[in-house]
Amino acid sequence: MSGGAYTVEIRVMPRASLLDPQGQAVQHALQALGFGEVASVRAGKHLVVQVQAATREEAAAKARTMCDRLLANPVTEDYECSVSP
Amino acid sequence: MQRVAVVVFPGSNCDADTLDAARAAGSDAYYVWHKDTDLQRADAVILPGGFSYGDYLRSGAIARFSPVLRAVTAHARAGGAVLGICNGFQILCEAGLLPGALMRNARLKFLSRPVRVRVEATDTPFTASYERGAELTLPIAHGDGRYVADSQTAAELEANGQVVLRYVTENPNGSLHDISGVCNAGRNVVGIMPHPERRNAQVLGGQDGARVFLSLEARNATQHVGDLRAVDGRHLRV
Repeated sequence: MSGGAYTVEIRVMPRASLLDPQGQAVQHALQALGFGEVASVRAGKHLVVQVQAATREEAAAKARTMCDRLLANPVTEDYECSVSP
Repeated sequence: MQRVAVVVFPGSNCDADTLDAARAAGSDAYYVWHKDTDLQRADAVILPGGFSYGDYLRSGAIARFSPVLRAVTAHARAGGAVLGICNGFQILCEAGLLPGALMRNARLKFLSRPVRVRVEATDTPFTASYERGAELTLPIAHGDGRYVADSQTAAELEANGQVVLRYVTENPNGSLHDISGVCNAGRNVVGIMPHPERRNAQVLGGQDGARVFLSLEARNATQHVGDLRAVDGRHLRV
């Protein structure tokens, strides 16, 4: 097989040690709706990238480079990538 | 007279005020489009406020890859003066020319109002004409102004005197250590959240911001003292 199209799903989240005011605002709204059981909400980004690569590993490596250089800010965010198929 | 390049990105909206403020201070200021790669022999570069690329992804994250940033980075690495105001500060952090990052305001609200800040460092090209410890009233206008840095970086900033401006009276956005502006280790690259270009004349409600732009010219005057002659206590260029 000479490579093909891969879909990379990238999850970018604010670092756990940093204040996430967006997540807090959503948490308060959920509690106001009656979901008193909500203990915490954190809000991040979900990106879906279609990429051509020789192998699944290469697609994952490319996605990590994209995250390091642009999609996530190394000062404030962490990311996870999952490749399919 | 300093040559001051004001970079214009798609979505910049403080570029005209910044150009005017630099000219009012006596600089030869001109625009450079973000797709240009030549700063036209700039002595100083200013990245103005606004919403470059609609703040997509993160504020400043896309602008950081504009062609002009390559020239700005080379200028900064060579020791040239660079100032980022508001969105310009965000771009400089994203580009790695300044430490840290700017995140959503702690209480989420977009803040557009005057705040009090203290000048903590006067050994930069943009604060040289202030007294250290001077308190200023300058407007802020941002949604993403919460300065963050890891604890080691924050300790280094404090130890090296790289905090240039600090909020006093109140911390409007939740910034670490009340930080409102920082410089790099070389002290030639400065980023500030408040807008000095909106407070450089009495008609604008005050002129606490004027010296940001006057500092460039004053520094030039001391560097090239041979070009100047004092007449009746005033310095004239000859």
